[in-house]
Parts: sequence; structure tokens; C-alpha cells
Amino acid sequence: MKILVAVKRVIDYNVQIRVKEDGSGVVTDNVKMSTNPPDDNAIEEAVKIKEAGKAKEIVAITIGEEKAQETVRKALAVGADRGIHVKVDNVIEPLAVSKILKKIVEKENPDLVFMGKQAIDDDCNQTGQMLAALLNWPQATFASKIEVKDNALEVTREIDEGLETIEVNVPAIVTCDLRLNEPRYASLPNIMKAKKKPIEQLNASDLGVDINPRIEQIKVEEPPKRKAGIKVASVEELVQKLKNEAKVI
Amino acid sequence: MSVLLIAEHNNKEVRPFTYNAITAASQINEDLHVLVLGHQADDVAKSLSEVPNVKKVIHVDNEIYENYIAENYAAAIIKHAESYSHIVSSANTFGKNLMPRIAALLDTSQVSDIIKVISEDTFLRPIYAGNAFATVKSNDKKKCVTIRPTSFDPADKSGGSAEITKSDPAEASSSTKFLKKEEVKSDRPELGTARIVISGGRGMQNGENFKLISDIADKLNAAIGASRAAVDAGYITNDHQVGQTGKVVVPDLYIAVGISGAIQHLAGMKESKVIVAINKDGEAPIFSVADYGLEADLFEALPQFLSELNKLNTIQK
Repeated sequence: MKILVAVKRVIDYNVQIRVKEDGSGVVTDNVKMSTNPPDDNAIEEAVKIKEAGKAKEIVAITIGEEKAQETVRKALAVGADRGIHVKVDNVIEPLAVSKILKKIVEKENPDLVFMGKQAIDDDCNQTGQMLAALLNWPQATFASKIEVKDNALEVTREIDEGLETIEVNVPAIVTCDLRLNEPRYASLPNIMKAKKKPIEQLNASDLGVDINPRIEQIKVEEPPKRKAGIKVASVEELVQKLKNEAKVI
Repeated sequence: MSVLLIAEHNNKEVRPFTYNAITAASQINEDLHVLVLGHQADDVAKSLSEVPNVKKVIHVDNEIYENYIAENYAAAIIKHAESYSHIVSSANTFGKNLMPRIAALLDTSQVSDIIKVISEDTFLRPIYAGNAFATVKSNDKKKCVTIRPTSFDPADKSGGSAEITKSDPAEASSSTKFLKKEEVKSDRPELGTARIVISGGRGMQNGENFKLISDIADKLNAAIGASRAAVDAGYITNDHQVGQTGKVVVPDLYIAVGISGAIQHLAGMKESKVIVAINKDGEAPIFSVADYGLEADLFEALPQFLSELNKLNTIQK
């Protein structure tokens, strides 16, 4: 089997977001960037499947500006075999991302496409499902457990009510939850080796897909701030405040 | 211009967030139709026809809709999409799984997880785990929108009498099979709609210690939540997770116990009306959003809290 794993470069999950004063977006200059966390789970799962002898090749792909390549390089350092970087100059919407991914899937013919269930920047949670629709492939979203069977996957999904298990025939799209696995760290020798692995560069404009935005971002603003609270000295005081001041119990 | 809302239900009852989504959908446009895809879900269709905001219910009954297979759902919804300007659902795991599949088939760029309807095409939505709010305008002809249920009040459930029309199923996908659902049954209120939520974090140290939380939850008729750390550590099941990648809750009272307050957790609870934090680390970020902070060892504070509550006889149910 061949697995294509899509990874996205986002503002690191530990960074406190700052909104630009002109309302045009959030500050990204000189801000630490890293791989979207659930995309790390997607790479890890692909590597585990390959280590179990059930996949032959892992291709990591990212779509983004020049520096987005770092996320592919990181995927190569933890076990992907080669990379693809599709260059775009601006932020593009999940629909456009899934159209680009469709072109790559048609070229690469993977059996599985893995990616994180949502990106922690725009919090859209769309790309995997959209790609599945465009390819007319089955989708298994929010995966917390994947079992590889003959020409099918048994996937346990995290849903609001608990867990759901479905079986999808291959080829399929899987979007990964943070609980799917524990992503490994790249060792120094593997980081060095990853530098020699090939990354193919493509331009989105050469792929013949419409990536123009359909959604206008009118403004980005800070959410309303909560007013500062107080510290209480004891449990008795807490209960009294909840009863007599906040009146919630 | 009409809006088509996709109902979430369990074939017997309407799932509660559908009512919140109805409120948002009718703010987009009053001509609101609801699509019920299910198996022997006549009661669901009937309940929805009684919602005053609903103008029409379309009911498709077939065994292929017994469980939520997005592929089957999407195919059926596409058949009806022609007549509508907007297709909407709630932004929980049901809608998140389903709506992008519909949007892509309609070549529409979806607007996810809106918290406010500004106009028919313009919406407010949180980004970066709620650390920024974006006002976005959709320029697609047909719009696909998911709604953050806790940002809208549930619609009135009775007094209406919308027409119910039956419609035919679409073709079923042969590539996806439902195997099983492990639903966590509980007599407690649902996490998403509870008036009081008490959540435990890594500070609980193990699953057994959650008894301290559940005793208080029983007393307050509260739902039980958890931080991602507590779920990852196996203290409690995933359906309790509150946060950016879990559930968003907006109760009247949120009690965070042994939760440090990572931004990913705050994303799921900081809109709560009153927030209490109990943590022994006085510097924990959770205190920055708490109305009442108690710097204490939770293993001493929780039993005391329960005994203080027992002294009050006026707990609201």
C-alpha cells in the first residue's frame, strides 16, 4: 500500500495568538510555527503501518509558502519516504486545498490519504471530508484507532456520544484525532538522513485548479475579554459566593 | 431563498443541538425546511413539524439512514440542494463529518462553526481556538454553514404544524459499513446542554479519583467534563473532553478542578457564565478566566465542597 499524508504548517499550539491592529488577521511575523498537531498523528500512523509491513511507501505533502517545506522535512525525519511541496503564495481555503490534493492523488495513486482532523489555525475541519467527496472515496473522520485489513480499514471514530466503529474499503481518506497515537520525535541521525530525501516542488498555478477565495475575511478581532475574577480564601467562601453573589447554585 | 437544515436524531428523538441550529438557521432566513434522514424516524419528523420556526419537514425513510454514514447522507442531501440557498447543520461531530462532503459536491467553500448570523451571507466565527473572531462573507451562490450550537438558544419545540413530505432515498455507498457504536449511557445531563459542568484535569491523578467529581455532579445535577490530558491519560472517556478538539460548553456554572487551563481547554469553556477554578498552583492560567479561584489541594477541597453543598437545601435542579 501507498499512503499519502497531508501536513500543514501552522502557528505553534503554545503561542499566544495576537490579533493585528488593522483587523486584517493575526500576527505571524517572528512567531514560532510548527506542524499542525493532529497531522503529526497522521504521519505517525502511516509510519506505524509501514513498520508493520502493511505499507510500502509514505509520501508527505504540504501546500503553502516556501517555508511550509519544513513540515515535509519533519515528516521525512520521522519516516516518510519522499515529499511534495505545492507552493501557494496566499492562504487558501480548504476547498482549494482539497482540489489540489485531488490532483496529487490522481498523479500518485495512493491507497490511503491521512491527515489531521482539523487545523488549529482556522479550525475548519473540512479538508479530508472534501477530498473524499471530490474523489468519491469513503471517509473515516476523527480516527482514534485504525486496523488495517485486506483492502479495508476498520476505524474507530471519536464522536460526541462516545465511539463509533466503521469499515471503509480502500482507497479511503482518514482524518486523525490526537488520541490515535503518540507521535515520535525525530532522532538526530534521522533528521540528517531526511535532508537527503527528495522533495518535489510544484506550483499550484500549474495544476489547473481554481484556488481563488470564495470567502472574504472582512475583519479579525479580539474576542471579548472576561472581567477579572477574585480569589476566595476557603471552600465556605466559594459556596457562599456561588449561592449569594453569582446565584448559580 | 430558503434554508435546509439537516436534523440530527437517533431515529426516536431529535438530538438537542438540532433545536439550537434551528434558531440560527431561521435567523439566516425564515423559510426554514428541515430534512430528516432516518430509519423508522416518524416520531422525529413529527416532533420537528411542531417546531414553530420550521416551515416544512422533508422525511426520507430508509434503512441506509439508520446510522450516520456521511457518504449516504450527502448523496441524499445533494438531491434536495437545488431548491435551497443555504444548507446548515450543527457544528458537532455529526455536522463536522457531514457538511464538508456536501459542500465539496456543491463546489462551495464551507463556513464552519459560526457563532453569530450577521446577514444572509456574513457570519462571525472563532478561529485559533477562539483567540480571535473572524467576520467572514461567503460569496458562493449556495452556502454551506455549520453552527456552534452553544452560541444560540434552542428553538421553541411546540406550537407549530409544518407539513411533512416524504421523499425517496438516494443510492447507498457500498464502500462504508457501520460496525458498532459504543455510546456512554448516563443519567446525568448532557455535557453540551447542562446548566452546570464540573470538569477534572490531570490533577485528578487517576480515574478512581473522578469519584470526587461525580459525587459533586450528582449533588448539583451537573454534567462531567474533562481536559484533554485527563482523557489522554485514560482517567475518563473521550465523550467528556472539553476544548478546541473536544466539546464546547457554555453552562451557567463551570467548575474546573485540577485543570491548568491550556488555551486549547479554555477554547471549550471560557464563554461559560460563571467559572470556578480549583487548583493548587496559584499561577495556573485557568485562574485568568475564573470568576472565583480557589488555590487549594483538590483532594481536600472537593470533599469540603460536597459537605458545604450538603448544608444547602436549595440546589436548583
